[in-house]
Amino acid sequence: MRREWVHAWLLLLPAVVLLFTFTHLPAVQTVIDSFWSTPRGRRPSVFVGLANYERLLADPVFVLAMVNNAIYAAVTIPLSIALALAMAVFVQGRIMGRAFLRMSYFTPTVLPLIAVANIWLFFYLPGFGLFEQIRALMGLSPRNWIGQPDTALYAIMAVTVWNQAGFFMIFYLAALQTIPDSLREAAAIEGCPRLTFFRRVTWPLLMPTTLFLSVNATINAFRMVDHVFVMTQGGPNNASMLLLYYIYEQGFRFWDTAYAATLTVVMVAVLAIIGIGQFFLLDRRVHYR
Amino acid sequence: MSGAAGTMVAGQSALDRGLFVVGAWVLALIWILPLAWAIMTAIQPSAFESRLNPIAPLTVENFIRAWNAAPFGRYFVNTILLVTMVLAAQLLLCIHAAFAFARLDFPGKNILFALVLVQLMVMPDILLVRNYATMARLGLIDTILAIGLPYFASGFAIFLLRQTFKTIPKELDEAARVEGCSLMGLIWRVYVPLAKPTILAFALVSVSHHWNNFIWPLIITSSVETRPLTVGLSIFATTDSGIEWSVITAATLITSGPLLIAFLLFQRQFVQSFMRAGIK
Repeated sequence: MRREWVHAWLLLLPAVVLLFTFTHLPAVQTVIDSFWSTPRGRRPSVFVGLANYERLLADPVFVLAMVNNAIYAAVTIPLSIALALAMAVFVQGRIMGRAFLRMSYFTPTVLPLIAVANIWLFFYLPGFGLFEQIRALMGLSPRNWIGQPDTALYAIMAVTVWNQAGFFMIFYLAALQTIPDSLREAAAIEGCPRLTFFRRVTWPLLMPTTLFLSVNATINAFRMVDHVFVMTQGGPNNASMLLLYYIYEQGFRFWDTAYAATLTVVMVAVLAIIGIGQFFLLDRRVHYR
Repeated sequence: MSGAAGTMVAGQSALDRGLFVVGAWVLALIWILPLAWAIMTAIQPSAFESRLNPIAPLTVENFIRAWNAAPFGRYFVNTILLVTMVLAAQLLLCIHAAFAFARLDFPGKNILFALVLVQLMVMPDILLVRNYATMARLGLIDTILAIGLPYFASGFAIFLLRQTFKTIPKELDEAARVEGCSLMGLIWRVYVPLAKPTILAFALVSVSHHWNNFIWPLIITSSVETRPLTVGLSIFATTDSGIEWSVITAATLITSGPLLIAFLLFQRQFVQSFMRAGIK
């Protein structure tokens, strides 16, 4: 028995040390840092209590970043999931050009988000991009999609949806494969319309997958901001500011590490809430089976 | 279209079916458009950029100019070193850890496993400031090792492999032990070969994730010798405004090229791997 313990601990040791060094300890340290001030020059860090959090609540950019992130999540999650489901249903059965359809849906997922951002930047470019050419054909004036506060965030969202919908599609494809053909045949014999079959049979059976994807999409909505770096840098006038980008800006452009730590605590809290939510949501999965 | 009718739901009119096919194709064409547009821009002379002209002459000039305009060769080497190192370390560390969680009994097992699962939510990607400070203290700033180090102990890999190891019948390892097989021998000669599909799936996910990773490498690197492709590309595309778009687009395609080609060649494996890794 004892020998087994020693073996287990030896097997685990390297992984656990690294895990603690780069995940758990920094997470705890970040919480501690959020109660201290940023050391500047010869002024060392001092304990400031909740001052960083007071600043947070009074900071309009932080509030804007949270609101933006909420809008970003509220739009990209349902849109990505709906499109993913449509894609999966399209390519699940036999259809003309199935290989091509599958490829065009899935390919954007393989590209780095940075590369995707470059491609779309060119797409959006005033006077250059494809949108602009279409607008020009219709006689509309050129428009700077990512340079205007009212469209910048939505321009970013389109990129996100394009990048992740194909990835979500494969989970729906996998789930659709588990729905027995006999159900479909039975529905066919009864003359059940396609839409009714979908609403009454397919959609409920896909619920666990939909929940799983919702959680993943929520995490992505907070974690995937690579394209913001290339396309807008959070601008114009913070119109496309998202939480993680704001952490980066505070931590590595203004070097205000204490405030960045405070923002990170908010981020960790958000992810923890999602994690707990997932636990309860996915727990319900059992009842479907 | 008529050949497809057999497997499809009956009770549908030809119109219904027609709309379905049209919908699928319209979505696919919209979806491939940005990429097709980028490819078209990159393979036509820069004079044609931004003009819809399918009959313009084709050229590789943009790719050559992009390749010569920035040290992409070096970036490629860095990225390949990075993804290889990360994958090797992840497999080495996580296979052992996963085996301990799946097959051995020891005090604190459940707490420790819960702590591993925490990493599925709170990833190193978010703890940028602290991890940067740690790297500074270790003197690793601006090294390829520093880009990969926080990802070596992957909670996801441990979780995935533990699930797989648990499905392997216990009789097998009893038999192996009777044969005088050591613990290491058991892991590497019995468990690892049987977990090959999972390992392959994780490998594809890991490689594409770290090939595409951006924010952490951006922060931790500051020289050509360490920068991976994503960071190199972002610097190339944003710093110099004098570069034509066709060249930037060519550079974009160069950086995603290997993964894209690998995907097109091994489409089925990719899709299956992502599926296997995603369904827990």
